[in-house]
Amino acid sequence: MKYQEECELLEKSALKNDIFKFKIKTEKIAKEAKAGQFLEIRVSKEVEPFLRRPISIYSIEKDCIEFIFQVKGKGTEILAQKQIGDKINILGPLGNGTFNIKEYNTVAIIGGGIGIFPLYEAVKQLKGKAKINTYLGFRNKEYVTNEQEFKELSDKLIITTDDGSYGEKGFAIDFLKKDEKPDIIMACGPMPMLKAIKKYAEEEKIICQISLEERMGCGLGACLGCAVRKAGSTDDNPDYWHVCKAGPVFYSTNVEI
Amino acid sequence: MNTNINFAGIKMKNPVTVASGTFGYGREYEDFIDLNKLGAIITKGTSLKPRSGNKAPRVCETSSGMLNSIGLQNPGIEYFAKIDLPYLKRFDTKIIVNACGSTVEEYVELCKILNTLDIDGVELNLSCPNVKAGCLAFGTTYEGVKNVTSQVRKVLDKPLIVKLTPNVTDITQTAKGAEDAGADAISAINTLLGMKIDINKRTPILANNTGGLSGPAIKPVAVRCVYQIAKTVKIPVMGLGGIMNGEDAIEFMIAGATTVSIGAGNFVDPECSIKTIQEIEKYMQKHQIEDINSIIGSIKMN
Repeated sequence: MKYQEECELLEKSALKNDIFKFKIKTEKIAKEAKAGQFLEIRVSKEVEPFLRRPISIYSIEKDCIEFIFQVKGKGTEILAQKQIGDKINILGPLGNGTFNIKEYNTVAIIGGGIGIFPLYEAVKQLKGKAKINTYLGFRNKEYVTNEQEFKELSDKLIITTDDGSYGEKGFAIDFLKKDEKPDIIMACGPMPMLKAIKKYAEEEKIICQISLEERMGCGLGACLGCAVRKAGSTDDNPDYWHVCKAGPVFYSTNVEI
Repeated sequence: MNTNINFAGIKMKNPVTVASGTFGYGREYEDFIDLNKLGAIITKGTSLKPRSGNKAPRVCETSSGMLNSIGLQNPGIEYFAKIDLPYLKRFDTKIIVNACGSTVEEYVELCKILNTLDIDGVELNLSCPNVKAGCLAFGTTYEGVKNVTSQVRKVLDKPLIVKLTPNVTDITQTAKGAEDAGADAISAINTLLGMKIDINKRTPILANNTGGLSGPAIKPVAVRCVYQIAKTVKIPVMGLGGIMNGEDAIEFMIAGATTVSIGAGNFVDPECSIKTIQEIEKYMQKHQIEDINSIIGSIKMN
């Protein structure tokens, strides 16, 4: 079941680089939300900006949800200006493709940049069910965020920066490759990173779930906007999933990215 | 207070429908609204064979609206008849299938099948701007519209609505083409062809380069088109283009629309159609209007 709710903003904090964390009160959405799902947020009651903003869920609590977003344009700019106590119109929980939470020996969590946020709830739910090795990659020291939150829940945490200004120098995937082979990889981040992870996972025959994004209209599966190529379909005869409906989390072997 | 409308022989409980391509085949909205309350559901554009659609990005936001270039992705008429129609028939609303094709022959074949299905009407899509063949190719001239509409008319006994594009010099000509070919109604407008460029990459945002503009940005164009069409033809008009609420819907009806359709508004608020129905009723109460039919075409020109 999906809901449209007017959610009160309970807590708001500025992380860094125009990244904000919001905690909202939501009885219905929080009750049904799963790790990997997202919200469609209406930032204004006016028709400008027109569309909702799809934002992934960071953390699910009993009657609250936390989401984290970076100010990228006018929509997120308006959202960032909301004050505690304000009501925010939200659709959710959206998406049918979610992280597969169950018992494993080892799970590798790998995120890049603001792509680390959709992974947090999965880590929370996997705690106690698996050994969690987490690899988080950032551009440089200035961008490193939420280290402590992931550290508390992970058996091992490696932070990498492209320039070595914090943690290990290099890409997160390079450190994943050095470690024990996990039962499953759960990943979210920039496209080049996801492509490399997909390639590695398939070569090594590791099950891999990736969280994707694409320009989205409705978030409900009605407009068919957020298309992503199905694996095995060709340029001549392409076939598509939709990120909002089949995703946002896909098994890497099901998509062509 | 009466909100019943007879639209080209389709008896609707109110004038509010949901526009093709913005409502799937209904399922996506069942969590949010009671589909029984809608005047009619117009399905996603459906073709003879399944279509996979265009490459992504397929949508992007623009000022007070959005561009789309979906490319008529749909599962085909066979799948619709087997899976989607039985679902839609569970609801007490009217079902209108938006029909699209690449050739006149395809439109005819499709409508032969539609004629056998338990649906209330067909909306002939002669106005999708996002596919290479068909649709818009037939939809921009009097002769083009008249030809394909008359071929379809021969095989279709059900109410036939022709959906027109605003991407023409004179929309009354294409409306006349539909009427002369025996169409029962017109729907207007489909999207306006547009483009948005990423100024950093200097490339269009949509993979297909251009797309159809919808949303409140196009509403004044749509109201003008509906007014012109309603003045020109005798068959009824379904008005759409940027309707977000009851006031917008009333504006279209005053301009001459018998029914209205909520399009991109469904994306912003999945309850938009139901709220529009409620707001129309409020307007009627406020202005002591007994019958919704009395406001159709009630415009007083300056």
